[in-house]
Amino acid sequence: MIQVEHLSKSFQIRKRQAGLKSSLRSFFVGKSENIQALDDLSFTIETGEIVGMIGPNGAGKSTTIKILSGILVPDSGTCTVLQYCPWKSRKEYVKKIGVVLGQRSQLFWDVPVEDTYGLLKDLYDLSPHEYLDSLQELIQMLSLKELLPVPVRQLSLGQRMRCEIAAALLHRPQILFLDEPTIGLDAISKTAVRRFIRELNQRRSTTVILTTHDMKDIESLSTRILLVGKGKLLLDGSLEELRHRFGHIKEVSFRTAEPIILPKGAKILEQTEYRTRLRLDLKSCSLNQLLLQLSQNGGIEDLAVEENSIEEIVAQLYQQYNII
Amino acid sequence: MKKIGALFKLRFLIGLQYRTAAFAGIITQFAWGSLSILLYHAFYQTNPEAFPMSFSQLSSYIWLQQGFLALFMIWSMENELFDLIHQGSIAYELVRPMDLYDFWFIRSMAVRLAKTVLRCFPLFLIASVLPFPYSLVLPTAPLPLLIFLLSLLLAWINVVAFCMLIYISAFYTLSAMGIRMIAVTMVEFLSGALIPLPFLPDSIRFLIEWLPFASMQNAPLRIVIGEILQTEWLNILGLQLFWAVILILLGKKMMKKALDRIVIQGG
Repeated sequence: MIQVEHLSKSFQIRKRQAGLKSSLRSFFVGKSENIQALDDLSFTIETGEIVGMIGPNGAGKSTTIKILSGILVPDSGTCTVLQYCPWKSRKEYVKKIGVVLGQRSQLFWDVPVEDTYGLLKDLYDLSPHEYLDSLQELIQMLSLKELLPVPVRQLSLGQRMRCEIAAALLHRPQILFLDEPTIGLDAISKTAVRRFIRELNQRRSTTVILTTHDMKDIESLSTRILLVGKGKLLLDGSLEELRHRFGHIKEVSFRTAEPIILPKGAKILEQTEYRTRLRLDLKSCSLNQLLLQLSQNGGIEDLAVEENSIEEIVAQLYQQYNII
Repeated sequence: MKKIGALFKLRFLIGLQYRTAAFAGIITQFAWGSLSILLYHAFYQTNPEAFPMSFSQLSSYIWLQQGFLALFMIWSMENELFDLIHQGSIAYELVRPMDLYDFWFIRSMAVRLAKTVLRCFPLFLIASVLPFPYSLVLPTAPLPLLIFLLSLLLAWINVVAFCMLIYISAFYTLSAMGIRMIAVTMVEFLSGALIPLPFLPDSIRFLIEWLPFASMQNAPLRIVIGEILQTEWLNILGLQLFWAVILILLGKKMMKKALDRIVIQGG
């Protein structure tokens, strides 16, 4: 459904030191630097998949989404989505996709949400029947009923994001691109957005591609992860694979009656006088060994062993690939 | 057509959110028009023969100019469009199934029309009941009115097509402030917004009348007050059409080039 081959894109950034003097100098000698935003990126995505793109800021996630949705033109490489080349047949192509950019708004600020929807209906040439059908469904799935008559400037961020997502879906696109859809939202709104995306994917088998920094998004949504760093695709796999790959690392927290000496392979994350939280690499120190040592040191009062959290895994990945 | 209607409707709704602004606009334009007419009145008293049009024609010119201000004024550009480019929200404009030039063109036309419709009627109503020769006098025959409306439409298109060039220049310069200020000042003079073009000395007037700016407000206003003779109508409309086509083609070309190398500001 989506085929990306050898995509590259670079940007020019003009640099100058802060301050008046260098500001004046930059009139005459401009320094510009080439930033490689995407560097030979290739992947394929099938119909009905939910794919999460992760990577540090500036890794090229948003650029990828923008190229895939026809907004940006790459320097080189090809890209076929639903038989279209996004930037060449943009006008036709964008009827089939929905785009939500978490940091921007597509709703008209001064008028009620429903007025923006009315405009979108005509821009996408929806019949009154199609429009009402799809609006009803979205109202029910995202609980928008109370929000429609409210001017956009008076909505909270969470409410607005729900309306933004609905705006991107009125024309029932086959693919939904979400660039940081949960940015800045509270826990409840985040859960609502996630639940909705899952439901949409199941109901209409809409293909969803999202970028995020919140690993909970990934945990609850995506079956597949693309890790992007410095414009390159570093890893393409499922969450399970990742977990397995880092499965030998556990987080152990415990309380002891007396201070203890730690075994090799354990790295302290947090320590107070008697309470310790550490990361344990099972390859160099088994759980047995740790327990033995702890009990020798005086009684264990409390103990918890946890899987390495996905946040940790990603942080380790970033470090491993040296992309921060 | 449906899209034009939808954009117009939305703009009209947005305009209605700010009723006080519209009301204040009416008052301002009425005051401005009155002052201009009084100023010219003083000149006319010295020597009415020195002017190329009668005082009554001039009054009508000014009232129509004030009423259709939002349609004609180059300076009332859409800051939203500049912000879209500067802040990067243009990304959303590009995921709509429309050519961006057409989209913005229609949108600009809609904005101007919505503003005009909200404001012009009270002004025209008051201006037409003023005592002669200060009042607004429209031709009673249908033909001149029809030609006027045609010319008005072309003027409106010319104004929007010219503004589009300035919007698009923001893709290249990021802040179009400089270009905008020069363009606005220049066009104010060349389009007859400051002084009706017939008032200019013949030598430069002849040249200016051929420029695209004369096709903006000068043409329809002079047609409707009867200053342009019937034999000239087709030439004027032809010239307006010519400039509209040129400006639109130029704008489309610039837009296409800009979008090939577009950068979304702010990530």
